[in-house]
Amino acid sequence: MRHALLLAAAACIAGNEACAGEVIKIKIDQLAYAPASVTAHVGDTVEWKNADFIAHTATSIEGRFDVMIPAGGTGRLELKKVGSFPYTCRFHPNMKGELQVM
Amino acid sequence: MGIVKTCAAFAAFLLAGGSAGAQGAKPTDPQIAHIAYTAGVIDIEAAKLALGKSKNKEVIAFAKDMVRDHTAVNQKALALVKKLNVTPEDNDTSRSLAQKADEERATLSKLRGPAFDKAYAENEVAYHKTVNGALETMLIPDASNPELKDLLSTGLKIFQGHQEHAEHLAEALK
Repeated sequence: MRHALLLAAAACIAGNEACAGEVIKIKIDQLAYAPASVTAHVGDTVEWKNADFIAHTATSIEGRFDVMIPAGGTGRLELKKVGSFPYTCRFHPNMKGELQVM
Repeated sequence: MGIVKTCAAFAAFLLAGGSAGAQGAKPTDPQIAHIAYTAGVIDIEAAKLALGKSKNKEVIAFAKDMVRDHTAVNQKALALVKKLNVTPEDNDTSRSLAQKADEERATLSKLRGPAFDKAYAENEVAYHKTVNGALETMLIPDASNPELKDLLSTGLKIFQGHQEHAEHLAEALK
Protein backbone atom coordinates (compact mmCIF):
# COMPACT_ATOMS: atom_id res chain seq x y z
CA MET A 1 0.00 0.00 0.00
CA ARG A 2 2.74 2.40 1.03
CA HIS A 3 4.63 1.38 -2.06
CA ALA A 4 1.65 2.21 -4.26
CA LEU A 5 1.30 5.64 -2.72
CA LEU A 6 4.95 6.39 -3.28
CA LEU A 7 4.64 5.29 -6.88
CA ALA A 8 1.59 7.49 -7.36
CA ALA A 9 3.45 10.44 -5.89
CA ALA A 10 6.39 9.79 -8.19
CA ALA A 11 4.05 9.64 -11.18
CA CYS A 12 2.57 12.97 -10.14
CA ILE A 13 5.94 14.65 -9.97
CA ALA A 14 6.73 13.30 -13.40
CA GLY A 15 3.55 14.97 -14.64
CA ASN A 16 1.93 11.67 -15.50
CA GLU A 17 -1.73 11.92 -16.48
CA ALA A 18 -2.61 9.31 -13.87
CA CYS A 19 -2.08 11.89 -11.16
CA ALA A 20 -4.44 14.41 -12.67
CA GLY A 21 -7.68 14.88 -10.74
CA GLU A 22 -10.77 12.83 -10.81
CA VAL A 23 -12.63 11.58 -13.83
CA ILE A 24 -16.16 12.98 -13.71
CA LYS A 25 -18.55 10.78 -15.67
CA ILE A 26 -21.59 12.13 -17.48
CA LYS A 27 -23.95 9.78 -19.24
CA ILE A 28 -25.85 10.75 -22.36
CA ASP A 29 -29.11 8.88 -22.71
CA GLN A 30 -32.22 9.77 -24.71
CA LEU A 31 -30.72 13.14 -25.68
CA ALA A 32 -30.00 14.26 -22.13
CA TYR A 33 -26.76 14.80 -20.21
CA ALA A 34 -26.99 13.09 -16.82
CA PRO A 35 -26.20 14.76 -14.56
CA ALA A 36 -26.94 17.93 -16.50
CA SER A 37 -24.85 20.02 -14.15
CA VAL A 38 -21.59 18.89 -12.55
CA THR A 39 -19.11 20.56 -10.23
CA ALA A 40 -15.45 19.74 -10.76
CA HIS A 41 -11.94 21.05 -10.17
CA VAL A 42 -9.22 22.26 -12.47
CA GLY A 43 -7.20 19.18 -13.41
CA ASP A 44 -10.23 16.88 -13.40
CA THR A 45 -11.33 15.21 -16.59
CA VAL A 46 -14.93 15.06 -17.74
CA GLU A 47 -15.89 11.93 -19.61
CA TRP A 48 -19.17 11.78 -21.53
CA LYS A 49 -20.44 8.32 -22.32
CA ASN A 50 -22.99 8.24 -25.10
CA ALA A 51 -25.63 5.52 -24.73
CA ASP A 52 -27.61 6.85 -27.72
CA PHE A 53 -27.37 5.40 -31.22
CA ILE A 54 -26.62 8.81 -32.71
CA ALA A 55 -23.54 11.01 -32.31
CA HIS A 56 -23.54 14.00 -29.97
CA THR A 57 -21.16 16.76 -28.96
CA ALA A 58 -20.46 18.71 -25.79
CA THR A 59 -19.94 22.19 -27.17
CA SER A 60 -19.34 25.24 -25.03
CA ILE A 61 -21.88 27.99 -25.69
CA GLU A 62 -19.01 30.48 -25.41
CA GLY A 63 -16.73 28.57 -27.79
CA ARG A 64 -14.36 27.25 -25.08
CA PHE A 65 -14.52 23.57 -26.06
CA ASP A 66 -16.07 21.24 -28.61
CA VAL A 67 -15.95 17.54 -27.78
CA MET A 68 -17.21 14.90 -30.24
CA ILE A 69 -18.99 11.96 -28.62
CA PRO A 70 -19.65 9.21 -31.14
CA ALA A 71 -22.73 6.95 -30.95
CA GLY A 72 -22.05 4.38 -28.24
CA GLY A 73 -18.66 5.98 -27.55
CA THR A 74 -17.00 8.43 -25.19
CA GLY A 75 -15.51 11.90 -25.34
CA ARG A 76 -13.15 13.50 -22.81
CA LEU A 77 -12.21 16.99 -21.74
CA GLU A 78 -9.50 18.00 -19.27
CA LEU A 79 -10.58 20.99 -17.23
CA LYS A 80 -8.01 23.78 -17.25
CA LYS A 81 -9.90 26.87 -16.20
CA VAL A 82 -12.09 27.94 -13.34
CA GLY A 83 -15.55 29.11 -14.30
CA SER A 84 -19.05 28.19 -15.26
CA PHE A 85 -19.35 26.65 -18.71
CA PRO A 86 -22.79 26.05 -20.18
CA TYR A 87 -22.70 23.63 -23.09
CA THR A 88 -24.96 22.05 -25.66
CA CYS A 89 -24.93 19.50 -28.47
CA ARG A 90 -24.19 21.13 -31.82
CA PHE A 91 -26.43 18.58 -33.57
CA HIS A 92 -29.28 18.69 -31.05
CA PRO A 93 -29.42 22.11 -29.36
CA ASN A 94 -32.32 20.90 -27.20
CA MET A 95 -29.63 19.15 -25.10
CA LYS A 96 -28.19 21.38 -22.36
CA GLY A 97 -25.56 20.91 -19.68
CA GLU A 98 -23.24 22.90 -17.45
CA LEU A 99 -19.75 22.43 -15.99
CA GLN A 100 -18.93 24.33 -12.80
CA VAL A 101 -15.14 24.32 -12.47
CA MET A 102 -13.58 25.41 -9.18
CA MET B 1 -42.78 30.41 -49.32
CA GLY B 2 -44.61 27.92 -51.51
CA ILE B 3 -42.68 25.14 -49.82
CA VAL B 4 -43.70 26.30 -46.39
CA LYS B 5 -47.32 26.52 -47.54
CA THR B 6 -47.19 22.98 -48.87
CA CYS B 7 -45.81 21.83 -45.56
CA ALA B 8 -48.46 23.69 -43.63
CA ALA B 9 -51.14 22.11 -45.81
CA PHE B 10 -49.65 18.70 -45.11
CA ALA B 11 -49.51 19.48 -41.39
CA ALA B 12 -53.18 20.41 -41.45
CA PHE B 13 -53.93 17.16 -43.26
CA LEU B 14 -51.96 15.08 -40.77
CA LEU B 15 -53.16 16.86 -37.67
CA ALA B 16 -56.75 16.69 -38.81
CA GLY B 17 -56.28 12.93 -38.62
CA GLY B 18 -55.27 12.39 -42.24
CA SER B 19 -56.25 8.92 -43.25
CA ALA B 20 -53.61 6.23 -43.09
CA GLY B 21 -55.99 3.45 -43.89
CA ALA B 22 -59.74 3.56 -43.81
CA GLN B 23 -61.24 7.00 -43.28
CA GLY B 24 -61.03 7.98 -39.63
CA ALA B 25 -59.35 4.73 -38.58
CA LYS B 26 -56.21 4.74 -36.48
CA PRO B 27 -53.05 3.77 -38.34
CA THR B 28 -51.78 0.29 -37.58
CA ASP B 29 -48.21 -0.42 -36.45
CA PRO B 30 -47.11 -1.55 -39.95
CA GLN B 31 -48.53 1.73 -41.32
CA ILE B 32 -46.93 3.82 -38.58
CA ALA B 33 -43.56 2.17 -39.26
CA HIS B 34 -43.96 2.98 -42.96
CA ILE B 35 -44.88 6.63 -42.30
CA ALA B 36 -41.94 7.15 -39.92
CA TYR B 37 -39.49 5.48 -42.30
CA THR B 38 -40.82 7.49 -45.28
CA ALA B 39 -40.50 10.74 -43.31
CA GLY B 40 -36.84 9.89 -42.65
CA VAL B 41 -36.10 9.06 -46.28
CA ILE B 42 -37.66 12.36 -47.38
CA ASP B 43 -35.40 14.37 -45.09
CA ILE B 44 -32.32 12.41 -46.23
CA GLU B 45 -33.19 13.18 -49.86
CA ALA B 46 -33.68 16.88 -49.10
CA ALA B 47 -30.29 16.87 -47.34
CA LYS B 48 -28.64 15.20 -50.33
CA LEU B 49 -30.08 17.88 -52.58
CA ALA B 50 -28.60 20.52 -50.24
CA LEU B 51 -25.23 18.77 -50.24
CA GLY B 52 -25.22 18.90 -54.03
CA LYS B 53 -26.31 22.52 -54.30
CA SER B 54 -25.18 24.54 -51.29
CA LYS B 55 -21.81 26.18 -50.77
CA ASN B 56 -22.72 27.49 -47.32
CA LYS B 57 -20.65 25.81 -44.59
CA GLU B 58 -23.44 25.84 -42.02
CA VAL B 59 -26.03 24.50 -44.45
CA ILE B 60 -23.68 21.71 -45.53
CA ALA B 61 -22.92 20.80 -41.89
CA PHE B 62 -26.65 20.73 -41.09
CA ALA B 63 -27.44 18.58 -44.15
CA LYS B 64 -24.71 16.11 -43.15
CA ASP B 65 -26.22 15.93 -39.65
CA MET B 66 -29.62 15.15 -41.19
CA VAL B 67 -28.22 12.35 -43.37
CA ARG B 68 -26.33 10.82 -40.43
CA ASP B 69 -29.14 10.99 -37.84
CA HIS B 70 -32.05 10.00 -40.10
CA THR B 71 -30.02 7.11 -41.54
CA ALA B 72 -29.29 5.91 -37.99
CA VAL B 73 -32.96 6.18 -36.96
CA ASN B 74 -34.14 4.38 -40.10
CA GLN B 75 -31.59 1.59 -39.55
CA LYS B 76 -32.98 1.16 -36.03
CA ALA B 77 -36.51 1.15 -37.44
CA LEU B 78 -35.62 -1.52 -40.01
CA ALA B 79 -33.95 -3.67 -37.35
CA LEU B 80 -37.02 -3.31 -35.13
CA VAL B 81 -39.59 -4.24 -37.79
CA LYS B 82 -37.44 -7.25 -38.67
CA LYS B 83 -37.27 -8.30 -35.01
CA LEU B 84 -41.02 -7.82 -34.58
CA ASN B 85 -41.67 -9.58 -37.85
CA VAL B 86 -43.69 -6.62 -39.06
CA THR B 87 -43.84 -5.64 -42.73
CA PRO B 88 -44.15 -1.86 -43.13
CA GLU B 89 -47.31 -1.15 -45.06
CA ASP B 90 -47.71 1.65 -47.58
CA ASN B 91 -50.70 3.88 -46.89
CA ASP B 92 -52.36 7.18 -47.84
CA THR B 93 -50.35 9.21 -45.33
CA SER B 94 -47.03 7.82 -46.60
CA ARG B 95 -48.09 8.42 -50.20
CA SER B 96 -49.19 11.96 -49.42
CA LEU B 97 -45.89 12.62 -47.60
CA ALA B 98 -43.90 11.34 -50.56
CA GLN B 99 -45.93 13.31 -53.09
CA LYS B 100 -45.61 16.58 -51.19
CA ALA B 101 -41.90 15.96 -50.76
CA ASP B 102 -41.49 15.46 -54.51
CA GLU B 103 -43.18 18.81 -55.11
CA GLU B 104 -41.01 20.52 -52.50
CA ARG B 105 -37.83 19.04 -53.95
CA ALA B 106 -38.82 20.22 -57.41
CA THR B 107 -39.34 23.77 -56.09
CA LEU B 108 -36.10 23.71 -54.12
CA SER B 109 -34.06 22.36 -56.99
CA LYS B 110 -34.91 25.45 -59.09
CA LEU B 111 -33.28 27.74 -56.53
CA ARG B 112 -29.61 28.62 -56.25
CA GLY B 113 -27.13 30.14 -53.83
CA PRO B 114 -28.45 32.01 -50.78
CA ALA B 115 -32.05 31.72 -52.02
CA PHE B 116 -31.72 27.93 -51.98
CA ASP B 117 -30.03 27.93 -48.55
CA LYS B 118 -32.77 30.07 -47.05
CA ALA B 119 -35.59 28.02 -48.59
CA TYR B 120 -33.96 24.74 -47.54
CA ALA B 121 -33.52 25.92 -43.93
CA GLU B 122 -37.10 27.24 -43.75
CA ASN B 123 -38.39 24.02 -45.24
CA GLU B 124 -36.45 22.01 -42.66
CA VAL B 125 -38.06 24.01 -39.86
CA ALA B 126 -41.55 23.52 -41.31
CA TYR B 127 -40.96 19.85 -42.15
CA HIS B 128 -39.64 18.93 -38.69
CA LYS B 129 -42.52 20.84 -37.07
CA THR B 130 -44.96 18.83 -39.15
CA VAL B 131 -43.35 15.47 -38.48
CA ASN B 132 -42.92 16.22 -34.77
CA GLY B 133 -46.57 17.25 -34.55
CA ALA B 134 -47.61 14.02 -36.26
CA LEU B 135 -45.40 11.97 -33.93
CA GLU B 136 -46.82 13.66 -30.82
CA THR B 137 -50.48 13.62 -31.74
CA MET B 138 -50.84 10.53 -33.90
CA LEU B 139 -47.93 8.18 -34.44
CA ILE B 140 -46.72 7.76 -30.83
CA PRO B 141 -50.17 7.62 -29.17
CA ASP B 142 -51.49 5.24 -31.84
CA ALA B 143 -48.54 2.82 -31.86
CA SER B 144 -49.44 -0.41 -30.07
CA ASN B 145 -46.07 -2.12 -29.75
CA PRO B 146 -44.08 -0.68 -26.81
CA GLU B 147 -40.73 -0.99 -28.63
CA LEU B 148 -42.11 0.88 -31.65
CA LYS B 149 -43.54 3.52 -29.28
CA ASP B 150 -40.11 3.86 -27.60
CA LEU B 151 -38.26 4.24 -30.89
CA LEU B 152 -40.75 6.85 -32.10
CA SER B 153 -40.37 8.71 -28.79
CA THR B 154 -36.58 8.72 -29.14
CA GLY B 155 -37.04 9.84 -32.74
CA LEU B 156 -39.22 12.72 -31.55
CA LYS B 157 -36.46 13.95 -29.19
CA ILE B 158 -33.90 13.73 -32.01
CA PHE B 159 -36.17 15.55 -34.47
CA GLN B 160 -37.03 18.24 -31.91
CA GLY B 161 -33.27 18.81 -31.75
CA HIS B 162 -33.20 19.05 -35.54
CA GLN B 163 -36.08 21.53 -35.50
CA GLU B 164 -34.22 23.78 -33.06
CA HIS B 165 -31.02 23.42 -35.07
CA ALA B 166 -32.93 24.30 -38.27
CA GLU B 167 -34.50 27.33 -36.55
CA HIS B 168 -31.03 28.61 -35.60
CA LEU B 169 -29.83 28.00 -39.15
CA ALA B 170 -32.84 29.75 -40.73
CA GLU B 171 -32.39 32.69 -38.35
CA ALA B 172 -28.68 32.98 -39.23
CA LEU B 173 -29.49 32.98 -42.96
CA LYS B 174 -32.05 35.80 -42.72
